[in-house]
Amino acid sequence: MATWTWFHKLGSPPHVYRIAGRFAPWFGWGALLCIVYGLFGGLVLAPPDYQQKDAFRIIYVHAPAAWLSLSCYTAMAVAAFVGLVWRMKIAHAAAAALAPVGASFAFVCLATGSLWGRPMWGTWWEWDARLTSQLILLFLYLGYMALRSAHDDLQRADRSSAVLAIVGVVNVPIIHYSVYWWNSLHQGATVMKADRPSMPTEMLVPLLVMFLGFTLFQLWVLCTRLRAEILDRERNARWLQEQLREGA
Amino acid sequence: MAMTPRRKRLVLFGSVLLGVAISAGIATLAFRDNLQYFYNPSEVAAGKVPAGKRFRVGGMVPKGSIHRETGSLTVNFEVTDFEHTVKISYSGVLPDLFREGQGIIAHGKLDNQGVFVADEVLAKHDEKYMPPEVRDSLKKTHTPDAPAPAAGANQS
Repeated sequence: MATWTWFHKLGSPPHVYRIAGRFAPWFGWGALLCIVYGLFGGLVLAPPDYQQKDAFRIIYVHAPAAWLSLSCYTAMAVAAFVGLVWRMKIAHAAAAALAPVGASFAFVCLATGSLWGRPMWGTWWEWDARLTSQLILLFLYLGYMALRSAHDDLQRADRSSAVLAIVGVVNVPIIHYSVYWWNSLHQGATVMKADRPSMPTEMLVPLLVMFLGFTLFQLWVLCTRLRAEILDRERNARWLQEQLREGA
Repeated sequence: MAMTPRRKRLVLFGSVLLGVAISAGIATLAFRDNLQYFYNPSEVAAGKVPAGKRFRVGGMVPKGSIHRETGSLTVNFEVTDFEHTVKISYSGVLPDLFREGQGIIAHGKLDNQGVFVADEVLAKHDEKYMPPEVRDSLKKTHTPDAPAPAAGANQS
């Protein structure tokens, strides 16, 4: 089937190595532009909130970090699934490359939320459904990475950690809907819902730019880390030695 | 249809995912009540709360319900879900967002008179954000979907 050639090409390490190298700078510079503009727009241009005053501005880091921690995990689970079913080594490499990025975002999300929760809610931490499920997400990431490093054999590490990634993905919708399924301390979604965002345009635009910036940043880190993974896995391959000899 | 090894793996890991999703769904349904962070005043009125045990009650503080006792930190107020109301007595420092018209969550126990004696009060924030000017003009025009007017919302 001709339509699947792009998919099969993604299984080829030299191809992915080149593609990732070509796209990485675009993602990186795009991310820098978006984050600089988004931070300026969010921290300086946007008006303060009527209730929270300037404290609401933590949303410009907290919400994009939360979004990335969820989308990273979903991408990781999809890559792990493809890796298991199609025996695609590159997919396992991509999942392995994504895990530390997602874990960092999950941590940033929890830390910024805690800083905001102390003055607004009156507590650093509560065991409500949203906070607890997000903490479980961080533990899933850490568990995934620990499981990988527990194996000496790369193929075993790939396969066993992939099963964990797939099993853990059920937590993603639980995190998103936790504030609707249960009474929780955490408020519902402001932007990520079918309705109009509950936020005026002058606050919303920098937030959306930050979402885009964080996403581009994640793609940039993914490209860079995936190339490093490929270098490590293919260190004895002829194509790599030829490529390095050419100085590319 | 012949099962190629790849199709076998697809079915295997597909069913692993499906099985985990179903069991997670059943588990969340089974622990539905245990996973509630707080009870509504209606649930308190219906007696659905654990008797004699600590629990949390959440709702909105209605206008004119806050009474401070002179000479102490004790505050008496109510929370409502617009159907039932729970009287709350709390002694301690309140969060900044605590005010009339604000959603709050109190942690404590019901006493014999049906008053909820709280030892912790948290403010629950909603998902709405707006600049102060917008909020002021909303208050003037009394738009129905504007948040209930809150005392002290203009302090700065």
